[in-house]
Amino acid sequence: MSASFTKSTARNIFYGGAVFFFLLFLALTVDTVQTLPKRDNRANLTEQVARGKKLWEVNNCIGCHTLLGEGAYFAPELGNVYQRRGPEFIKAWIKAQPTGAPGRRQMPNFHLNDAELDDLVAFLKYASEIDTNKWPPNIEG
Amino acid sequence: MSTSAKAAPRPAGGPTPANMHIRFASQTVAKPYFVAAIGLFVGQVIFGLIMGLQYVIGDFLFPEIPFNVARMVHTNLLIVWLLFGFMGAGYYLIPEESERELHSPLLAKITFWVFLVAGALTIVGYLAVPYATLAKITGNDLLPTMGREFLEQPTITKIGIVLVALSFLFNLSMTVLKGRKTSISLVMMLGLWGLAIFFLFSFYNPHNLVLDKYFWWWVVHLWVEGVWELIMGAMLAFVLVKVTGVDREIIEKWLYVIIAMTLITGIIGTGHHYFWIGTPGYWQVWGSVFSALEPIPFFMMTLFAFNMVNKRRREHPNKAAVLWALGTGVMAFLGAGVWGFLHTLAPVNYLTHGTQITASHGHMAFYGAYAMVVMTMISYTMPLMRGREANSNGAQVVEMWAFWLMTIAMVFITLFLTGAGILQVWMQRMGEQPLGFMATQDKIAFFYWLREAAGVVFFAGLLLYIVSFFVGKREAARG
Repeated sequence: MSASFTKSTARNIFYGGAVFFFLLFLALTVDTVQTLPKRDNRANLTEQVARGKKLWEVNNCIGCHTLLGEGAYFAPELGNVYQRRGPEFIKAWIKAQPTGAPGRRQMPNFHLNDAELDDLVAFLKYASEIDTNKWPPNIEG
Repeated sequence: MSTSAKAAPRPAGGPTPANMHIRFASQTVAKPYFVAAIGLFVGQVIFGLIMGLQYVIGDFLFPEIPFNVARMVHTNLLIVWLLFGFMGAGYYLIPEESERELHSPLLAKITFWVFLVAGALTIVGYLAVPYATLAKITGNDLLPTMGREFLEQPTITKIGIVLVALSFLFNLSMTVLKGRKTSISLVMMLGLWGLAIFFLFSFYNPHNLVLDKYFWWWVVHLWVEGVWELIMGAMLAFVLVKVTGVDREIIEKWLYVIIAMTLITGIIGTGHHYFWIGTPGYWQVWGSVFSALEPIPFFMMTLFAFNMVNKRRREHPNKAAVLWALGTGVMAFLGAGVWGFLHTLAPVNYLTHGTQITASHGHMAFYGAYAMVVMTMISYTMPLMRGREANSNGAQVVEMWAFWLMTIAMVFITLFLTGAGILQVWMQRMGEQPLGFMATQDKIAFFYWLREAAGVVFFAGLLLYIVSFFVGKREAARG
């Protein structure tokens, strides 16, 4: 780099750029948070959904599955599983695990009772109704 | 994991005031941090191999180690060993830059054991009891933070991480405040403080999934595509000053330009995670444009490393350290820059989001940027802490073999996962009659086998890397 471009110029670009773009990021964040009520399905965010989210977390579902495309890539996307499979199939499937089919990927049994299964399904239904800009591309997730 | 850390290299003799290759005796507190980092790295790769096998033999080690547990161990060990590496780098680099002893070497030693024991207990917890039980016995109900990707640690572990970070930052900040202030130490401290501050968002876990995900990225993205790059830049600059003898003014100018570009592109670049999680559509524009620019600072890092080595004013006898420094420049650009750009534009990401393409990028980016820069630092500092300017020629040859084995294996891991990802997108998301997730996985199993084979080569490289610490102890080069 040329000698006329000094270290202090570079330092000023760093501090100025960092501060400017962080403030811009904060401004976009404020706008996003204000826009979210129209998109994030909070009208259906019930106590039951909150309980379901906690079950989702304490059983580390994200360790195999993706939810809205984020997580591990070992097992199917669950952001749209409510539409793909429906509530009864989801509950029956969770109860039937593990399949024990030789060589097939296995899901543990988490010993959830019926009320907990309903909570989890309520959470997946809520998640499936978030406005995700039409992602995933098709029902297979 | 403490046993594997203990099994890792233990130098003969150890630091003494007579060690003329380090300027301040307290710098040697870095050594246990580096030893632990390498030990945990071994654990990470073993669990990676287990997971790789579970991709093709689904019931391997089930129910003893379900995939989700193996993955949690794999990713958490990665984060913890890199943190050990950054901390070791901080304890070595800051006293040297500040031209004074570390504020409190004793505090650094205590912090090391607290962090190691807390980390080991957490990993044992993951493996010994079901995750839901771990959540219950660690009081997750009081402040639920668990069960989110990479932030699976029990809340009490997270609090422990904050305390360890505060102790570390206090120690280093006091050292910097009392000593010489250089651009390298300033950038390192900014990065480390940023790391601690953004980690605090891991305690925010609202019921609202969109808000949860939005601020989860303030930890994950603003770490790896933000403040961690400052730490990486400072570490690389430090080693380049030492091994090339190029004027510090020039190196620090490069450092500022690189990290300026990092934050100018990377902060708004967070938007590439806000395409499909319920956030407004305008993020597709902001995220695509700014993250498309994110390769620039990584490319500058490549140019930086090669330029400085070309303009070197001395021939440093530690050739291995120079190789790691050049390697991290290249591999960070490929993994973070090129493989990141590959799927960062919103119309592309619409199809690739949450597939093996993401996994391929994750592997090469973490290895190229962060694993390799920590090994650069270890390669440069370990011989000095062991009382010699550089390792013997024989030891360096083994280390360089390890470099090539691991690096080439990682290139192949990335290529095979990319192949798997392209086919996955094609079969599952494109065309008239898309296949289901599991049907697709069955069809691409061949690529997962190849990835596992490359993983075995990587592991061999890692073992060779450890061997290099024990080669040719007696005939160390005096340079």
